[in-house]
Amino acid sequence: MSLVFLIFLPILAALLIPLLFKKLSRIHTGWFVLIVPVILFIYYASYLPQTMEGGTFTSEFQWIPSLDIAFIAYLDGLSLLFSLLITGIGSLVVLYSTFYLDKNREQLHNFYVYLLIFMTAMLGVVQSDHMITLYLFWELTSISSFLLIGYWYTRDRSRFGALKSMMITVFGGLMMLGGFVLLSIMGNTYSIRELIAQAPDLVQHEFFIWALVLILLGAFTKSAQFPFYIWLPDAMEAPTPVSAYLHSATMVKAGLYLVARFTPIFAASGLWVWLVTGVGLFTMIWASVFALKQKDLKGILAFSTVSQLGLIMSLLGASAMGFHVEDAANTVFKYAAFAAIFHLVNHAVFKGSLFMVAGIVDHETGTRDIRKLGGLMSLMPISFTIAMIGSLSMAGIPLFGGFLSKETFLTAMLAITEFEPFSMDVWGFLFPVIAWVGSVFTFIYSLYFVLHTFTGKHKPEELPKQAHEAPIGMLIPPAILAMLVIAIFFIPNVVGDWIVKPAVLAIQPFLYTSPEQVDVHVSAWHGFNTELFMTLGIFAVGGLLFWLLRKWQPVYDKLPETYSLNSLYDFMMYLSDSGAKRFSALYMTGFIRSYLAYMFGFFILIMLTTLYLVDAFVFDTTNLAPVGTYEIFIAIALVAATITTIAAKSRLTAIVALGAVGYSVALFFVIFRAPDLALTQLVIETISVALFLLAFYHLPINSKKEERISFKVGNAAIALGVGVTMTLVALSAHSQKLLPSISEYYKETVYSEAGGGNIVNVILVDYRGFDTLFEIAVLGIAGIGIITMIKLRLSKKEGHHENK
Amino acid sequence: MMTFYWVALLIISFAFVGLLYRLIKGPSIADRIVALDALGVALVSIIALLSLILETKFFLAIILLLSILAFIGTVAFAKFIERGVIFDRKPNR
Repeated sequence: MSLVFLIFLPILAALLIPLLFKKLSRIHTGWFVLIVPVILFIYYASYLPQTMEGGTFTSEFQWIPSLDIAFIAYLDGLSLLFSLLITGIGSLVVLYSTFYLDKNREQLHNFYVYLLIFMTAMLGVVQSDHMITLYLFWELTSISSFLLIGYWYTRDRSRFGALKSMMITVFGGLMMLGGFVLLSIMGNTYSIRELIAQAPDLVQHEFFIWALVLILLGAFTKSAQFPFYIWLPDAMEAPTPVSAYLHSATMVKAGLYLVARFTPIFAASGLWVWLVTGVGLFTMIWASVFALKQKDLKGILAFSTVSQLGLIMSLLGASAMGFHVEDAANTVFKYAAFAAIFHLVNHAVFKGSLFMVAGIVDHETGTRDIRKLGGLMSLMPISFTIAMIGSLSMAGIPLFGGFLSKETFLTAMLAITEFEPFSMDVWGFLFPVIAWVGSVFTFIYSLYFVLHTFTGKHKPEELPKQAHEAPIGMLIPPAILAMLVIAIFFIPNVVGDWIVKPAVLAIQPFLYTSPEQVDVHVSAWHGFNTELFMTLGIFAVGGLLFWLLRKWQPVYDKLPETYSLNSLYDFMMYLSDSGAKRFSALYMTGFIRSYLAYMFGFFILIMLTTLYLVDAFVFDTTNLAPVGTYEIFIAIALVAATITTIAAKSRLTAIVALGAVGYSVALFFVIFRAPDLALTQLVIETISVALFLLAFYHLPINSKKEERISFKVGNAAIALGVGVTMTLVALSAHSQKLLPSISEYYKETVYSEAGGGNIVNVILVDYRGFDTLFEIAVLGIAGIGIITMIKLRLSKKEGHHENK
Repeated sequence: MMTFYWVALLIISFAFVGLLYRLIKGPSIADRIVALDALGVALVSIIALLSLILETKFFLAIILLLSILAFIGTVAFAKFIERGVIFDRKPNR
C-alpha cells in the first residue's frame, strides 16, 4: 500500500461516519472509528525496524504537476515518531471518547468526522515533504481544531475559544506560508529534503532571515509559545478527548515538528538559535508560574502543556547550537536533540493520561473546579493512581519517564553555559537558572494538580454529582498511558534506540549519518553530578513552596487582569472591529458629494503627480492655429454663460444659461466647420433644455426657493484643480503628439472605398458602424428605462409618499 | 464684399446683445419669449453670414433647423402661457 494514500484514510473513513451514526445508532459510532487509527498504528509500527537503521521512505502522488505541486509522503524517524503518536494516542482517545461521550445525547457524527479530518491533517503535516501540501494540511488542522473546540456550539465560551484559536493559528499559518514561499524562491524547489541539501547556500540569501522569522511565527502560534499561547487555555472548552488529543499530544506539537524539521536549514543562523531557545525557555517559566493561578483542572493542564512545549522548544533551539560547535557529537551538546524528542514522547504520554483523568473527574463529579474537589482518593482509586503517575512524571520524579527527560534537559541547559558563539558566554548562565526555576514551578503545579484533586477533605455538598469511580472502559486508555510512563523509565534505551535516535538523525543530519551514531545512553543513575543536585534542589524548594502554597497563592488574584495578554488580545480584537467600523463611518458618509470630492481629489492628485513624475509639462506653441476674432467672441459668450450657470440666483436662470452654453458650443461647431455636429447639438440642446424645464416645473414648491449655490472653499479648490489639471493634460497632450492622425486615410478613401461624400456620416455608419449600433442600443435602453420609470410605480401600491 | 459681411455680422451681433438684455431684463414672460424668438432669428442670420464668410453651403441645413426650432419653441411657450400645459391629455385617459 502506498504511504501517501494512507494519509487520506481517516478522511475517507469520515465520509462513512454520518451513515454509520444514522443507520447503526445502537452501537456507539466510536467503535467503528477506532478501527482506523489502530490499523494505521500497526502499519506505521511495522516501519520501525527500517527507520531504526536510518531508512527513509517516500511516496508521491501528483496533484498539480504543471505547478510542481504534489503530495509527497516522506517517512523518516521524525515523521514516523509523530505518525505513531498521532495514530497511537488517537486510538486511545477514540476508545476513551466512546465512554466519555453519550451516544444518545451527543452529535457523534459531527464529532468523529471532525476528529478523523484532524487525523488526516496531522498525518499530512508530519509526513509532507512538499511545503505547499504541508501548509494545506496545516490549515486543515487549524480548521478541524476550530470545529472540535466549538463542538458544543451552543455555549458562548466554546465559540469564543474556537474563534480565538482560529484567529491565532491561522495568523501563524499564513505567516508560515509566506516563509515557505520565500524558501521555495530561494531554493527553487518545494521539497524540504532538497532544501536541506542546499542549506549552506540558502544562508547567504537575502530572504533567509525573513523566511526564518515567518516560519517561526507559524511554529510559535501553533505550539502555543509566548505570547501566542493565549488560545490554548481557551481551547479547553472542547470535549476532554479533544483536549487530550489535540491540545496535549498532537496539534500543539505540530509547531515543534516544524521547528525540528527545519532545524537543518536554519540552524546555521544565530537568530534561530536565540529565538527558539529564548522564546521556549521564557514560555516554559511564564506558563509554569501561571499554571498555579488556575482554578480549573483543564486550565492547569493547559498551562502545563504550554510550559512543557516551551521546554521542548528550548531544547530544539539548543540542538541547533550543535551546528556551531566543533565536534558536537562528542560533547554534551549531543543531548539537546535527544532530550527534546525524548521529552516530546514522554509529554505526549503523560499529558494524554492527565487530560483523560481530568475528564474522568469532570465526568464523575460534575465539576472541574479545583476548589470544590478534594478527597477523591478513596472514591476513585484507579484514577488517582493514574493521575499520580502522570503528575509525578511531569514533575520529574524518579521511577517515571519524566525524570529522565528532565535530567537530560538540565544537562542540555548546562551545556549551553559552555557555548561560546553569539556571546552565549555572557548570558549563558541565565539558561540553566531559568530552566531550574521553571522546573521548580513545574514540580509545584504537578503536585497542586493531583493532590488538591484527590487528597484533602472530600466536599460532597459542593459537587453537582455523587462522585464514584469511572467505568472501566474509560479507565483503560489512561491506564495504558500510565503504564507506558513507567515503562519508559525502565526501558529508556529501547525507546531511545527505536524511536528517538532516528528522529534525532532527522533533526541533526549535520552531526550524524545514521541512528547508531547518536551516542546517547540514558540511565536512571548518572552518579553524583550537577544535574542530580539540581533535581534534588527542585524537589526541596518545590516541596517547601508547595507546603506553603496556601500562603502565597492568593498573590495571583492580586495581579491585575487588565494587563494580561488575554485582555491585550480582546483589546486588539475590539480595536480592529470598532476601529474599522469607525474608519469606514468616517469616509462613508452616504453623501454623493463626499464621494465625488474623493474621486475628483484623487483624480487631481494622480494626474498631477503623473505629469510631474514623467516630466510632461511641455507646452509647444509651434503647432497652434491662429485665433480668429469671432472665436474670441463666442468664447467670451460661452464663459459668460458658464459663470451665469454657476452664479445664478434661481434655477431657471441656470437652466437658460446652460442652454446658452449649448448653443454657443453649436456655434463653435459652426465656425470649426462641423455641420453635422452643429445640427445634432442644436436639436439635442433644445430637447434637454425642455427636459430641464419640465423637471424644474415639477419641483416641490418649497424647494423652488430662490437661492444661490453656497460658496465652499473646498469645492471651489477641487473644481479649480480639476479644471487646471484637465487644461494641463490637454495642453500637454497637444504639444507631444507622437503619431500623425489616421484621418488622412478616411479623407482619401471616403469616396473610393465607401462611396460616400459626407465623411462624418461614412465614419459613423461604415468605417466604425459598431459604435453607432451600440449607441442606438444605448438610446433604446434609455427610452425603455424612462418608460418603465414612469409606468412602473410600484411604490404607489404601497400607498402614500412621493408620487402624486 | 467680405468687409460687408463682417460689418453685417457685427451689427447683428449687437442686435443679439440687445436681445439678450431684453431676455434677461424683460419684465414679463411674454417679453422674454419674444426676445428668445428674435434671438433665434438673429442666430439664423449669424450662421448665414458665417457660411458666406467661410464660403460653404453645408450650414444651410442648420439655418432651416434653427428656424423650425425657434418656431416650435415659441409656439410651445405661447401655449404654455395660455393653457399651463404644452401637451393636452386626451380626456378619456
